[in-house]
Amino acid sequence: MKTVTLTLTNPSELFIEGQNITPDNFAGRKAAEIAALDVWEGKQKSPLGKYFTVEGDGGATAEETKIVLRGDCTRVKRIGQQMTAGEIVIEGNADMYIGGWMKGGKIHVKGNVDSFCGIGMEGGELVVDGNAAHHLGSSPRGEWRGMQGGVIRVAGNAGNDTATFINGGTIVIGGDADIHISTHGEGGTVIVKGNAKGRVGGQMVKGDIYVYGTIENPLPGFSMVDEVEQEVDGETARFAHYIGDLGERHPTSKGKTVYANLYTKL
Amino acid sequence: MSELLIRNGFVFDPLQGIKGDRMDIGVKDGKIVETNALSSPKTIDAAGMTVMAGGVDIHSHVVGPKVNVGRLFRPEDKLFKSPHKSPTCNRMEMGCSVPSTFKTGYDYARMGYVFVNEAAMPPLHSPHVHEEIRDTPIIDNAAMPVFGNNWFTLEYLKNNEIENNAAYTAWLLRATRGFGLKVVNPGGSEAWGWGLNCANIHESVPYFDITPAEIVKGLIETNEYLGLPHSVHLHANNLGNPGNYVDTLESLKLAEGYAPKNDFGRDQVLHLTHLQFHSYGGDSWGNFESRAKDVMDYVNTRDNLTVDMGQVTLDETTTMTADGPFEHHLCSLNHLKWANVDVELETAAGVVPYIYSPKVKVCTIQWAVGLEIGLYAKDPMRTFITTDHPNAGPFTRYPQVITWLMSRAARDATMKTFKWLDRTIDATSIDGIDRELGLYEIAQMTRAGPAKALGISNTYGGLAPGMDADIAVYALNPEDMPSDPAMIEKAFARCALLVKDGIVTVRDGEVVAEPAKRTVWVDVKVPENAQVQRDIYEHFLRHYSVKLDNYSLFEEHLHNPRVIEVDTTQ
Repeated sequence: MKTVTLTLTNPSELFIEGQNITPDNFAGRKAAEIAALDVWEGKQKSPLGKYFTVEGDGGATAEETKIVLRGDCTRVKRIGQQMTAGEIVIEGNADMYIGGWMKGGKIHVKGNVDSFCGIGMEGGELVVDGNAAHHLGSSPRGEWRGMQGGVIRVAGNAGNDTATFINGGTIVIGGDADIHISTHGEGGTVIVKGNAKGRVGGQMVKGDIYVYGTIENPLPGFSMVDEVEQEVDGETARFAHYIGDLGERHPTSKGKTVYANLYTKL
Repeated sequence: MSELLIRNGFVFDPLQGIKGDRMDIGVKDGKIVETNALSSPKTIDAAGMTVMAGGVDIHSHVVGPKVNVGRLFRPEDKLFKSPHKSPTCNRMEMGCSVPSTFKTGYDYARMGYVFVNEAAMPPLHSPHVHEEIRDTPIIDNAAMPVFGNNWFTLEYLKNNEIENNAAYTAWLLRATRGFGLKVVNPGGSEAWGWGLNCANIHESVPYFDITPAEIVKGLIETNEYLGLPHSVHLHANNLGNPGNYVDTLESLKLAEGYAPKNDFGRDQVLHLTHLQFHSYGGDSWGNFESRAKDVMDYVNTRDNLTVDMGQVTLDETTTMTADGPFEHHLCSLNHLKWANVDVELETAAGVVPYIYSPKVKVCTIQWAVGLEIGLYAKDPMRTFITTDHPNAGPFTRYPQVITWLMSRAARDATMKTFKWLDRTIDATSIDGIDRELGLYEIAQMTRAGPAKALGISNTYGGLAPGMDADIAVYALNPEDMPSDPAMIEKAFARCALLVKDGIVTVRDGEVVAEPAKRTVWVDVKVPENAQVQRDIYEHFLRHYSVKLDNYSLFEEHLHNPRVIEVDTTQ
């Protein structure tokens, strides 16, 4: 695996659209060619090298390419967007849309990320050591085909609207989550190890949510059916099992109605 | 203005009966002229290429409130699907199944089209329609106000007051700067106000106590009484349901005994649109099958009918129609988002995204039904290519539809991608049809025929001297047609040259100029009718949310009008 190191030496005034910063785009390119890739600052197109110093060449394929971003990337959006393989390590914070529409590979953010990270994700792994803002692992605006697969792990807290229209994959939030989790969900799993604010599983058709702490305002559309012992993310615990959202349509499978499941830790 | 001479192309002009002769076409001051009338023309070499008139689309939803609802509630339709701004165009382009106005104009021009008829204008929202017409570059537009569920129309026709209905129709065409009579699910969209529908043409509309059959017949009589350029343009009842071909045949038979009466060269009294959605057999989605042959056998024997295909293109698209109850029904089938609007005394509308998938049996049968309609057509001058944009697919797929019609190999290649190929073949007759249409027939189905049916064939759809200089040149040599169907599609997707009003607008598939576009509307003069004036005043006073004075389109909304005048007072 070859490593390309981008160091932000000339920060932008506006936010940078960095969708070209992916192993797919860096693969097969020398450092100078990578520095010549386009990024957009507002309506102006510039080469990547205007903002970053680029060290190291890309690997032969995306899989063999690792990208390390140094410096304060709080104003850099869309890193790893639509990436299919390889690895990205962001040493500090990053802005919105990190790992959006990701299909494979791994992104590790050591700081915080802003909203829309991991949206429309189909595969791969997005790990955030800090907090994530809103619409984590959600569907793009208007889209009813949300997260399809892959794993998102956020060690800190998450904002609103996590996992809207989730269809598959797993999201693990180490801290608390704000309102709206798995709204309209039709699959997938969301695990909140802290507390959830409310509107958990609204209009959810299928899929699972685990909340280890409390739900400040639970929805009336969920009804408790039993207590179960389950292994979740490597540890076993007892949960109260709710089904819902009872106000929503539900498919039937083998003669039985399929509901979404909400588990709260006992 | 400049002169042009398009030399040596293979010219297909069905309005003059020209079938691929090598000819020169002269252009002077925006009109087609005899070549000897030119003094020092700029010459364009079209040797080895196909020359046709600019395309005419008889039925497409491109402007107005429901199109905009589609744009607004489908931001995902723009995501990763919008091209970068073309350096040769003035405006950037967005969207796929519901493109922005700019993309609409540019993409039609790139395909060699110059006239597009907006298929449904809610009269109350006509200012919005005309504002979007203004913002759609290059192509000339007309828009048909909807009449089939209008309270005035229902009341007049219930009492069989054709003369009064005609006076109201003339007033509404002027108030909205409309082009002709569109009828969407007659009675059914009004019944939707009660949460009901008219599932067949004999089911009475609640409160109004009139049947869809009576509405359609009354409107045909009104249309011929006025002698409008276009005929009644009908979206029949019971769209999209298994077994609806029975209702379709009954709707078509309503035209029996009526003869066209107009000065515009139109031969039909009824245009039944997107026939594909109306030609289904079976009684459930399980035994859903094609009845295109039954319907086309009838259409082929009746000279006073025209139809368009409404071809399913197997894309992800956005359905939108004034058929409110149908959209609700569709939403309950696919569980996607749904928008619904009631337009006061006039109509309704609904919008739902839809994915026509080659993996779904019903969708692939629908695909076959549409092509069967095109291939069973005995008279291509009465059967037109549409996708009911965007309902069965985006208009940008016309080149693909043309290719399917022209090439059995192209149909076979598409059929190979079907998950339920055997069942599709069993439920349709598409696999037994070897017919391949030629360029002359395509010219009939995309320009000459629609122009004639719209009553505008003195201006659009042909290449006779005196007509608008709208000329499309395609990189196809009729004497050496490509064996690869993909090449046909490519040629029709990006024309080699489009001349609009004598101005070179598209060259090698790129828009290079944006000549002034027009709004085409029909101004009908009728004798003063005090009763209708009073009815209009009363209804506005009691029932409308706007005042009569604010209802009619203000002149500033109307962009570059081209008026077709009809005088019934003579």
